[in-house]
Amino acid sequence: MAQYYLSHLEELEAEAIFVIREVVSQFEKPALLFSGGKDSIVLAHLSKKAFYPSRIPFPLIHIDTGHNFPETIAFRDELVKELGVQLIVGSVQKSIDDGKVREETGANASRNALQTVTLLDTLEENKIDAAMGGARRDEEKARAKERFFSHRDEFGQWDPKNQRPELWNLFNGKKHMGEHFRVFPISNWTEMDVWQYIQHQNIALPSLYFSHQRDCVVRDGVILAKSDFIQLKPDEEIKNLTVRYRTCGDMPITGAVESDADDLDKIIAEVATTRTTERGTRADDKRGETAMEDRKKSGYF
Amino acid sequence: MSIQETNQLLRFTTAGSVDDGKSTLIGRLLYDSKSIFEDQIEAVKTSSEKKGFDYVDLSLLTDGLKSEREQGITIDVAYRYFATPKRKFIIADTPGHIQYTRNMVTGASTANLAIILIDARKGLLEQTFRHSFIASLLKIPHVIVCVNKMDLVDYDEEVYQKIVKSYKDFASKMEIKDVHFVPISALNGDNVVDRSNNMKWYEGPTLLYLLENVHIASDFNHIDCRFPVQMVIRPHTHEHQDFRGYAGRIEGGIFKPGDDVKVLPTGFTSKIKSIELDGEAIEEAFSPMSVTMTLEDELDISRGDMLVRPNNVPNVGQDLDVMVCWMSTNSLRGRTKLILKHTTQECQVMVREILYKVNVNTLHREEGVEQIGMNDIARISIRSAKPLFFDAYRRNRQTGSIILIDPNTNETVAAGMVI
Repeated sequence: MAQYYLSHLEELEAEAIFVIREVVSQFEKPALLFSGGKDSIVLAHLSKKAFYPSRIPFPLIHIDTGHNFPETIAFRDELVKELGVQLIVGSVQKSIDDGKVREETGANASRNALQTVTLLDTLEENKIDAAMGGARRDEEKARAKERFFSHRDEFGQWDPKNQRPELWNLFNGKKHMGEHFRVFPISNWTEMDVWQYIQHQNIALPSLYFSHQRDCVVRDGVILAKSDFIQLKPDEEIKNLTVRYRTCGDMPITGAVESDADDLDKIIAEVATTRTTERGTRADDKRGETAMEDRKKSGYF
Repeated sequence: MSIQETNQLLRFTTAGSVDDGKSTLIGRLLYDSKSIFEDQIEAVKTSSEKKGFDYVDLSLLTDGLKSEREQGITIDVAYRYFATPKRKFIIADTPGHIQYTRNMVTGASTANLAIILIDARKGLLEQTFRHSFIASLLKIPHVIVCVNKMDLVDYDEEVYQKIVKSYKDFASKMEIKDVHFVPISALNGDNVVDRSNNMKWYEGPTLLYLLENVHIASDFNHIDCRFPVQMVIRPHTHEHQDFRGYAGRIEGGIFKPGDDVKVLPTGFTSKIKSIELDGEAIEEAFSPMSVTMTLEDELDISRGDMLVRPNNVPNVGQDLDVMVCWMSTNSLRGRTKLILKHTTQECQVMVREILYKVNVNTLHREEGVEQIGMNDIARISIRSAKPLFFDAYRRNRQTGSIILIDPNTNETVAAGMVI
């Protein structure tokens, strides 16, 4: 008799597709928050599989901080064309110009926190009632407590102490007017699962994830790309390094790792032996022990 | 779809308080399987020092929320991940105290296996009973009883055997099928990942070996074909003008193209034309696969309907007896209207009667109760506004489970298992 069981990747894929379909069934206007990073690329791939031969029945939303890697934007536009899906861009620059937020100043200034305002505005303008994201529970300790269907109040806030229990695969997406949900279909995936899945499904990624030469500055142990958005401190210097990225955030806050891994096999081997978390390269998480929880409560991804 | 790296996925739950070494055990599993990263360990070391501890408090790894860290307790369910070359593991780490019964139930609902920790010095406690009862209520297929802190009883075999015997005695009162016992010291790592040199008398497997080898392939029901339709896929494109696919997750049995199927509630029959995902044909579909099915005939089928085999249909009805775990601070009384979710169905239900409440520490039934409150387990009878297609929970955990939602607050207020 044949063995009737799934591999861990197949089971995770089946779970994610179930959740994505549930979102489309339970909400009026869902959307996929697309950062250009590998997790949201995997999410777009899963969405395509979930509805084939129909097209993905929701738009992609990209919150453009203006500090993105140019590679990310080029990749985004290509993918949108290939999937035949609508793209909505929320601009942090516009939120600044409209006076809704004020830009941070100083050497470590970033637009990371400002994104929350642009994101919430974009969701409201487009009447989005469920925003799917590629966040995973293994990324960060506050995210370990996140639900698949995560309720947000009318201010977009997360109340971690008062979350709805989530049982079996019965997801409760009920809400009052003005509230919305964040949904995380790949909650149960680890960084390794994502990489193995990308390799198995042959999913294209932005070139940033693969080893390349880049002018960088090393700040507080984090390798940051040289860009117009970063001001050098007096004792800092630009170095040309062989690097790749493990996550894909804004240029001024996303750290690279020194690496020769220029294909998926090498990346997977590297992930298997690496001893730091991928968010260990994110300056935005180093603003305090509960930096992520605090941002999430106010409506961050 | 054929992903060659066939590591299986095992979901397990742990319940317990800080005292019985649950966090230490999880920390040990993560650490010995090299799933804790340096920056996480660094962060925990820093926090431990800040709090004035002279040891590294591994529970800080699992207690993620600010309020939990402040109080030093696990409040919510936290999910942890680790992998060995054989399997990938998802731990639902839940608090063990009675006031968090609802969190234990939540963690247990998706678990294949439960780890129950017993302190070798203390033997069976009230909470051992509670955790075992929840495992049996939620029909977790496998249980591993870890007799922990063996180092504190001089690794004495007699202590261990006594605990095993008394556990077996009381487990016979509950429906727990597959129970294993391991004497461990989570603190020193005895029999967790590596075999202990301190307990040569123990000839059984280590905890990790059990986790890696417990037979989970038959945890899903592969007998009764159940396919709740999640949504209908109609592309309306030139290329797929007439495509009408039924998307959903297989919740029981094995479906193949050519099989006869019956549609509930209409009763129409047809044959499966194709089973696919992303345009790739699937020869055999079984739980928990997400697929898209097409049928030979054009039928009126929508979300909430169920495809089954004509000679094996679930119960169809509006009156159900359900064991519930109540999860809300607002108590439940008879004659209350709520919203029910079951497979892909949703409808109004009326709670007709609270039949009895179960004392989770003694298993005694308390009859004649007027209301039940947060964390209570009770048997209730409900009537749904439309027919449901259900199996007993013991037969199928997916088609036998429900949640209840308060229509005023939209909160999930109960988890229910169909009797």
